[in-house]
Amino acid sequence: MSILLNKDTKILVQGITGSEGLFHTVQMLDYGSKVVCGVTPGKGGETVTENNLPVFNSIADAKEKFEIDASAIFVPPRFAAKAILEAIEGNIKLIVCISEGIPINDMKKVQNALDKSDSILIGPNCPGLITAEESKIGITPGFICKKGSIGILSRSGTLTYEAIDQIVNVGLGMTTAIGIGGDPIIGSSMIDILKHFANDNDTKGVVMIGEIGGNMENEAARWIKENFDKPVVSFIAGQTAPKGKRMGHAGAIISEGSETAEAKIEILKECGISVAKTVSEIGETMIKLIEE
Amino acid sequence: MKIHEFQAKEILASYNVPIQRGYVVSDVNNIEKIISKVQSDFQSNAVVVKAQIHAGGRGKGGGVKFCSTTEKASEAANEILGMNLITHQTGEAGKRVNQILITEALDIKKEFYFALMYDRSKNADVFIVSTEGGVDIEEVAEKSPEKIIKAWIKDDTYPLADAVNIVINALDLSSYKNASEIFSNIYKCYSQSDCNLLEINPLVLTEDEKIIALDAKVDIDSNALFRQEKIASYHDESEEDPLELKASEYGLNYIKLDGNVGCMVNGAGLAMATMDIVKHHGGEPANFLDVGGAANVDTIKNGFKIILSDPNVKSILINIFGGIVRCDRVANGVIQAVKELNLNVGVVVRLQGTNAKLAKEILDKSDIDLVSAETIDDAAKKAVGMVL
Repeated sequence: MSILLNKDTKILVQGITGSEGLFHTVQMLDYGSKVVCGVTPGKGGETVTENNLPVFNSIADAKEKFEIDASAIFVPPRFAAKAILEAIEGNIKLIVCISEGIPINDMKKVQNALDKSDSILIGPNCPGLITAEESKIGITPGFICKKGSIGILSRSGTLTYEAIDQIVNVGLGMTTAIGIGGDPIIGSSMIDILKHFANDNDTKGVVMIGEIGGNMENEAARWIKENFDKPVVSFIAGQTAPKGKRMGHAGAIISEGSETAEAKIEILKECGISVAKTVSEIGETMIKLIEE
Repeated sequence: MKIHEFQAKEILASYNVPIQRGYVVSDVNNIEKIISKVQSDFQSNAVVVKAQIHAGGRGKGGGVKFCSTTEKASEAANEILGMNLITHQTGEAGKRVNQILITEALDIKKEFYFALMYDRSKNADVFIVSTEGGVDIEEVAEKSPEKIIKAWIKDDTYPLADAVNIVINALDLSSYKNASEIFSNIYKCYSQSDCNLLEINPLVLTEDEKIIALDAKVDIDSNALFRQEKIASYHDESEEDPLELKASEYGLNYIKLDGNVGCMVNGAGLAMATMDIVKHHGGEPANFLDVGGAANVDTIKNGFKIILSDPNVKSILINIFGGIVRCDRVANGVIQAVKELNLNVGVVVRLQGTNAKLAKEILDKSDIDLVSAETIDDAAKKAVGMVL
């Protein structure tokens, strides 16, 4: 078992003819992902990759020929919100948007459309998700993943990889790893993903990686205390970040008291969650917790 | 992207929001002319001289002066234009004032705090207002949070008209016919100009019963500048740290800090975590530097150049998680860059990901002075050890 994604998930790639889209489509296919087709407006009728994947002008066209479970979006940021909206309108169950740099106003429209639909959006500005040895949607390097019992959830891309690597190296292995994205407006929150992990019997513990800015970690901590009975290890990046400065992710900006790393760590601990002191102690902290 | 007060007021005025009127001066020779123009155009003998820099706290730092006479105005303008203004937001070095705004003086009856921003916890825009305007709003929030009123705006769920009514009642402005139009227009301005933040502190009620924006602070969503041509032209490079500006030209995300351990990392989260672990081992990070997901020879070389422009840097910690990028390529890039740039500080390299073992062999075998490390922990200890 896993969450949201497995070897049978049928995937469409939006922006499949772009350099990023094409490169990562090949990477996904190599990993075993069941990519069935792609969409690029104006390029309908072409085929791409050695597998001759068909390209369609729209999701509606693609859906006439294929059953689609999920969409991966590799579209330039100024067109990305429109691509997400098209996927929502097409009733795609799982939408994963990798694109970075989408205007906040565009994401407000996406948020409104999501509220009224059953689609799940992961991202934007994220590495996507990967279910070990089955399938990946996005850009996470597949070779670091090994099947096991830990779910991974993170706001940061390379920290997701770091967590996977450590969890695999301590011998635990992973079910699904999800980078939810670092933007101020994202489709799925930490709590949304934790709910999926709660229902997955193979996931025995969860690594949850946060950073400065926003209140998502605090809300997740309180939710875990009331609702989640699997072991959780957390890490918060940005303890040395100066106030008021933006550290790369649009989301990682400190503006209120409860948005600092210190405040978040305090709240996580109060809620009974183990917090790794440094980034290199994520794996060790989890194995200690599991062995207890 | 931050813009100046006079630019923010220009945008507000284009949405029919009443502003305190004035003209900008950047040349000392024009000071007298502009003062008399402000006096005659706005029929205000007294004027206010305001330094135009992006940092807040200008008043306390001596960058805003009320002047009751022409002589005092001329004196203040000559003093402020070109001065080095230090406020709690500029840092110790301060900022040079290249432009001043000379405005009409208004007789103020009441001062309010007003802001519009996006509230992540509610997934909605929010008006934040207070009857305690013109002061440090953080202090009000701490001491008397009940004096800060919030009103959310979102299609369907929280209509704008309702939010505007809450604001008008909170500020006791219901007897002013145009109040609702003004607040609706400010929202329109915020929304259509892709603002992350629109703050008016203070928004005032004048003795002659007018609602006017006395100040304005706007932060624009940089990702939306492609469709905000006019606002994009407001970009003032002189307001930015020259190193941060140069880094952005290289496509790198760099923020200078006060320590001496330079950090070069791929990914913002990992970059912050690397700074944290440097501190954990007793060192002080010299910078935040995210070279992006796809680190290659050029990004690494440029990263070195930026880090080394900071004379405080005594060692450099490179922490790259090679995902799609192979670590052996990154290792060769590091070696090439070190050779070309003639480094005289210690360099610790930790590469993890595809071909990490091969990369470590390449680094260990090379004839240049590099220390390799396997874990972030080990790398941070070594980099800190070099500066202690």
